[in-house]
Amino acid sequence: MAEKRAENNKSIRVAPFITILFFLVMGMIGIMTGEVGRVLEQAVQVCLSCIGIG
Amino acid sequence: MELVRKWVQTILALLVNGSWSFPYTRTIYQGPLKVVCSPGLNCYSCPAATTYCPIGSLQQLMAGIRVALENGQNFFGLYVIGTMGVLGGIFGRLICGWACPFGLIQELLHKIPSKKFNIPQKLNYIKYGFLLFFVILLPLLVVDDFGYGELWYCKYFCPAGTLEAGLPMLILQPQLGQTIGILFYNKLAIMIGFIVWSVLASRPFCRTACPLGAFYALFKNLKLVKLRLVEENCTQCKECHSVCPMGVKFNESPENAECISCLKCMDKACKFDAITLEIAGLPIGSRGKAGIRRPKQTDALI
Repeated sequence: MAEKRAENNKSIRVAPFITILFFLVMGMIGIMTGEVGRVLEQAVQVCLSCIGIG
Repeated sequence: MELVRKWVQTILALLVNGSWSFPYTRTIYQGPLKVVCSPGLNCYSCPAATTYCPIGSLQQLMAGIRVALENGQNFFGLYVIGTMGVLGGIFGRLICGWACPFGLIQELLHKIPSKKFNIPQKLNYIKYGFLLFFVILLPLLVVDDFGYGELWYCKYFCPAGTLEAGLPMLILQPQLGQTIGILFYNKLAIMIGFIVWSVLASRPFCRTACPLGAFYALFKNLKLVKLRLVEENCTQCKECHSVCPMGVKFNESPENAECISCLKCMDKACKFDAITLEIAGLPIGSRGKAGIRRPKQTDALI
């Protein structure tokens, strides 16, 4: 029983790697569609109404 | 460990707010680093901000999705969600504890001596509502005649935006004062409310209203780096309850979505090596204090 528990303690979880890969692919698709430029375009402008002014 | 965490928080807060030329330029940083995602909540309209806020960007993309599609641009927020997802998949809410500037501000406010209060657990669910409605659905579905939506969370609620961007921009560009109205005063009241609440309770914004924290919380079972309870070492002494800034009872719910992996329970509270840090299931560290072990039933007989 103790050996089995110790073995379980050392098992590698695969789910995080699948999750990271999934979102990595998603991000890559976003880059390929040119979304990075859109994000930059928005981020360099002060959106006054967004911060409660104007 | 707590000192290390404070240093990491401070350094990362300075990195995502690393543009200090704003007193001369009187506007925000507009360089290429703004394509980098801020891991924590940090308004990109803050004059010193060098990175983009994932919550602000996601709303912008959701609000403009119809117009983008009409123009043949397939901008669905995949770059932003992908980046947030990679961060969430690796760290989860550890980011809240180690890399969020607004989290650091709340922790500093909480050090102000005063009577301290708990936050009811039920309020923790409000932040999921903010993520779903204010960040995704309302910007996507409520649009004007031209097909543009609004940034509901930023515009009507975000106290981080008021503190980091609204007030500094009013100081840098005093003429903007002529344009402020009920919207600004409403956000100012929300910000003051959270500042006072942060003095009285630990991390109230993170626990009740942060949509980014809500997003990272979705990775509670999927994240690479997490704390684990070693049940055979736990004595149920409940020492971990007293140190947790998020109100997590770690021995009762080790998979709690509120855990920000600040390591206080492992480092300060647990004397029995019942809490360890693991990466992908492999334990990499615990307090490891020599000579302390879980009392056994036979001890009572001696």
